[in-house]
Amino acid sequence: MTESAPFDLLGADILTTLVFLPSIGGLLLALVPGNAKNAIRAVGLLFSGATLAVSALLLQRFDPRVVGIESFLVDRHWIPRFGIRYLMGIDGLSLSLILLTTVLSVCVLLVACGQKIDRWKGYVAAFLFLETGMLGSLVALDAILFYVFWEVMLIPMYFIIGIWGGKRRIYATMKFVLFTLAGSLLMLVGILFLGGVHAQATHFQSFSLLDWIPAAASGAWHLSIRQENFLFWAFALAFLVKVPLFPLHTWLPDAHVEAPTGGSVILAGVLLKLGTYGLLRFALPLFPGATFRFTPFIAALALIGIVYGAWVAAAQKDMKKLVAYSSVSHLALVVLGIVAGNAAAISGAMFQMIGHGLTTGLLFLLVGVLYERRHTREMSDYGGVATHVPVTTTLFVIAALGSVGLPGLNGFVGEFLILGGVFQRSVVWCAIASTGLILGAIYLLTLVQKVFWGPDRNSANRGLTDINGWELAGALPLVAGIVWFGVAPAPLLNLVRTSADFVVQIAHLRMVP
Amino acid sequence: MPFAPSDMALIVPELFLTAAGLVLLVAATAVSRAQEKQIALWSIASLVVTGFLLAVPASAGAGARSAFGGMFAADGYSLFFKVLILAAGVVTILFSLRFVGDSPYPGGEYYGLLLFATVGMMFMVSGTHLISIYVALELMALSQYVLAGYFKRETKSIEAAAKYFVLGAFSSGVLLYGISLVFGATGSLSLAAVSRSIVLGPKSPLLVLGIILVACGLFFKIASAPFHVWAPDVYEGAPTPISAFFAVGPKLAAYAIFARIFFSGFGHNSSEWTVIIAASSALTMVVGNVGALMQQNVKRMLGYSSIGHAGYALLGLLAYGSKDFGLSSILIYLTAYALMNLGAFGLVVLLETKGYAGESVDDFNGLAKKNPLAAGVMVLFLLSLAGIPPTAGFVGKYLLFSAAMQAGWFWLTLLAVLMSAVSLFYYFRIVRAMYLVEGTGELRWREEPAVTVAILACAALTLFLGVYPQPLIALAKACLLS
Repeated sequence: MTESAPFDLLGADILTTLVFLPSIGGLLLALVPGNAKNAIRAVGLLFSGATLAVSALLLQRFDPRVVGIESFLVDRHWIPRFGIRYLMGIDGLSLSLILLTTVLSVCVLLVACGQKIDRWKGYVAAFLFLETGMLGSLVALDAILFYVFWEVMLIPMYFIIGIWGGKRRIYATMKFVLFTLAGSLLMLVGILFLGGVHAQATHFQSFSLLDWIPAAASGAWHLSIRQENFLFWAFALAFLVKVPLFPLHTWLPDAHVEAPTGGSVILAGVLLKLGTYGLLRFALPLFPGATFRFTPFIAALALIGIVYGAWVAAAQKDMKKLVAYSSVSHLALVVLGIVAGNAAAISGAMFQMIGHGLTTGLLFLLVGVLYERRHTREMSDYGGVATHVPVTTTLFVIAALGSVGLPGLNGFVGEFLILGGVFQRSVVWCAIASTGLILGAIYLLTLVQKVFWGPDRNSANRGLTDINGWELAGALPLVAGIVWFGVAPAPLLNLVRTSADFVVQIAHLRMVP
Repeated sequence: MPFAPSDMALIVPELFLTAAGLVLLVAATAVSRAQEKQIALWSIASLVVTGFLLAVPASAGAGARSAFGGMFAADGYSLFFKVLILAAGVVTILFSLRFVGDSPYPGGEYYGLLLFATVGMMFMVSGTHLISIYVALELMALSQYVLAGYFKRETKSIEAAAKYFVLGAFSSGVLLYGISLVFGATGSLSLAAVSRSIVLGPKSPLLVLGIILVACGLFFKIASAPFHVWAPDVYEGAPTPISAFFAVGPKLAAYAIFARIFFSGFGHNSSEWTVIIAASSALTMVVGNVGALMQQNVKRMLGYSSIGHAGYALLGLLAYGSKDFGLSSILIYLTAYALMNLGAFGLVVLLETKGYAGESVDDFNGLAKKNPLAAGVMVLFLLSLAGIPPTAGFVGKYLLFSAAMQAGWFWLTLLAVLMSAVSLFYYFRIVRAMYLVEGTGELRWREEPAVTVAILACAALTLFLGVYPQPLIALAKACLLS
C-alpha cells in the first residue's frame, strides 16, 4: 500500500476501523449528559455492536488457508526516524480472539443494561476504551505499537476495578496494575534491546514482527545464549504475569473478586488470553531456542498451576474466587499445551483459549447475576435456588459442564486436544494434568450442587428473581458458542489450524535439537 | 576580546526582554494593586514579542552564528530551548494572574523578576563560554531566590528561599571552582578551545577534577542526587506558579548547558565523566522515585518526581557515543517534561484549597465527580509523567531508554524501567483520590479561564505528541548541536 493512500475504512483499513470504532463511541459519550441513561446505553450498544459487525465482516472475508499474519495488512509510517510503523495484520488465531473480544464486549454491555450501575456513563466508556486496547493488541504487528495498546488496556481496567469494584477494590486494582506494569516494562526493555540487535544485524531499523520472525528463524541476529535467554524472559514474564502462571498469579483472585461482573468477564475472557496470545505471537516465534531450553521449567510451573489452582479452587467458599482459581488451573493447561510444541497441543491450546473465554465468561456473568440480587457470593448463603431461578440454573449448569469438559460442549474438544498433544510429548505431564481436570469436575459440580440444588434452607433466597431480559441477551450468545463449538468444533479448528501449524513449524526449526 | 557591532544584532531578543523587564519593573512601582494585571499582561506581551524576534531570523533561514568572540551562539539548539523557556514563562504568568492578584503581596516586581530570570536562561542556553554561561546562570538564580521567597510573610516561602539561596550559592561556588580548574588545565574558557586542548594536550588530573566539580555544580541545578535535597522543600514552599516555573524553566536551561558543556566542551574526555553521570543518574532515579512514594503533599511529590525525571534525562547524556540520538532524545523528553509538569502544577494552582501551599493528595478526593474534565486532564498528565502510552511522556522515555541501551547502559535502563513502575504507584495515588475516593464536599475549585486554557493546551500537546511524535522528532533533529 502506498503511504499516501486515502483511508478506506471497510477495505484496506478495516483493521483501523475495527480497533478505533469503540473508542470513537467512548469519545462521543463525553457529549452525552450523564443522566441520559438510555442515550448512553444506545451509544454503547451501537458502537460495540458495530465493532462486532466489522469483526464478522473480517471473518467472512478471511481466508484461513493463508499462512502468516499478514491478512488485511495495514502498513503506514508512524515514527519513520526510528523505523516504528503503524503495522497491523491478523491470522486465524488473532481473528478468533478478535471475535471473542467483540462478542464478549457486547455481552458485557447487554448484561450491564439489566443491572443497576452508578456512574453509568463512565462504565460504558471504560469498556469501550478497553475494547480498543484489546483489539489493538490483537492486531498490532509492530512491537512498539503492540506495547502501546498493551499498556492502554491497563488504564480502563484500573478504573473498572477501582470504581465499580467491591470492598477491597483499591488494593486489588493497584495490585493488578503494578503486577502487569512491572511485567510489561520489562518487555519494553526487551523490545528496545531487540530493536537495537536487529538494527545492528541487518542495518535496518524495524520493530515489525514481519521482519523479526524471519530474522529469528534464520539466525540472523546472532544472539548469544545469555542474550536470548534474557530476551525470552523479558517477553515471557510480561505474558506469564497476564496469563497468570503460578507463582505470578496472586493478583488474579484479588482482581477477579473485587471487579464488577463485566470486569471479571472481560478479564477472564480476553485479558488472560492476551497473555497466551503473546506467548504464541512473540515469545515462541522470536526465541524458539530459549523456549526449548526453558520448556521443562515452564511445563513444571504449568503443572503445578493446574493442580494447585484446582486444589485451591476446591477449598473456596466464595463463588467468584472459585471460578478465579479455576481460571488459574485452566490457563496453566493452555500454557502446557503451548510449550508441548506439537500441532495437536498448540491447536488445542488455541481452541481452549476461545473455549475458556466463553465458559468462564459465562460463569462470571451468572455469578454476577446472583450477586446483583443477593449481594453475597458465599456458597453457603445459597442452596436449592434452582426452583427460584430455573433459567439461571440451566445456563450455569451448561457453563459448568462446558468448563469441566463434558463431551458435546466446547471444553471437551480443547482439553482433549491439549492432553492428546501433551501425551505425545510426555506421559507424566499428561497424567498430572489429567488430575487437574478431575479436580475441576469435583469443584465445579460441588459449586453447582451447593448453590442450585440441595435443600432450600435460606429464606432470603425465596424472593430471588430469575435472570432478566438484558442479562439473558448477554448470556445467550455465550451459551450458543459453548454448545456450537462442542458439537461442531471444525470451523474454529480450521480457523486456527494454519496459525498452529505456523507456530509448530517455527518451533521445530529450532526446538528439535 | 573583539566584537563587531553586528554581534549586537544576534542578541536583539535578549536585549528587548531585558529592556521590557526594566521598564515593567519601574512601572510596577507606580501602579496600584488593581492595575497589576496590566503589568502581567504586558509581561506576556513582551515574552511573545521576544519569541517573535527569535523566530524572524530563524524563519529567514539564518544558520548557526556565533558572536562576542565565541561567547554567545545563536544556533538551532539554543533556539529550541529558548522557545520552550518563553512558553514556560507565558504559562507561568497565566498561572500567576489570580494567584498573585488574590494574595496579600503586591505583584508588581514579581513579573519583572520572572522576565529577568527568563533573560538569564536565554543567555545560558546560548552560552558557549564558561564565563558567559556562569554569569547568565547567576542572573537566573538571583531572580529565582527572590521569587521563591516572594510570599514574604509565609514561613514556608521564606524557608524555601533561604535554603535555595544558601545551597544555590554554594553550588555556584563549586561550579566556579570547577571552571577555574578547567581553565588552569586547558588555558581557556571557551568550550571550543577547551575541547581542542583536551584533544591535543595530555590528560591531566586537574582537568578531571575540574570536570567533576562542574558536573557537581550542574547536578545541583538540575536537582539530581546527591545534590537534590533542596528541590522538594523549595517546590513546596514557593508560590505554586513559581514552583511550576522552577520545575520547568531553570531545569530546561540547566540541561541545555549541561549537554552543551559536556558534549561540545568535555566530549573527548567522555570516558571519565560518563561514570559519574551514570552513578548520579542511578542514584537520582532511586532517590526521586522512592522519595515520592511517601509524600502527602502534591507539590512535594511533584518535586521528588521531578528529581526522578532528572535521573531519566541524564541517561541521554550518557549516550555520548551516539550523541545525536542521545541529544535529540533529551530535547524530546524535556519538551514532554515541560508540558506535563506545567499541566500538573497548573491543576494544583486551580485547586488551592487552604490558602497557598496547602496541597495534600486528599485535596483531590472526589474531583472526578465535581469536575470530570479537570480530573481527566490530570490523569493524562500523570500517565505521561509515568511514561504510559499514548502520551508525550512515553515517547520521551522510550527514546531516552533506547538511547541509553544503544550506548550500552543496559543495567541503568533496567533500573530506569523498574523505577518507572515505582513511579506509577505514587502518581496513581492522585488518580485514586480523584476517582476512587468520595469527596468530602470541601473541594474548592477556582474557575480561571486563562489557566484552564493553558492547561488544556498542555494536555492537547501531550496527547498529540504521544500519538504522533514525528514533527517533534524532526524538529529536534534539526536543532542538534553542530
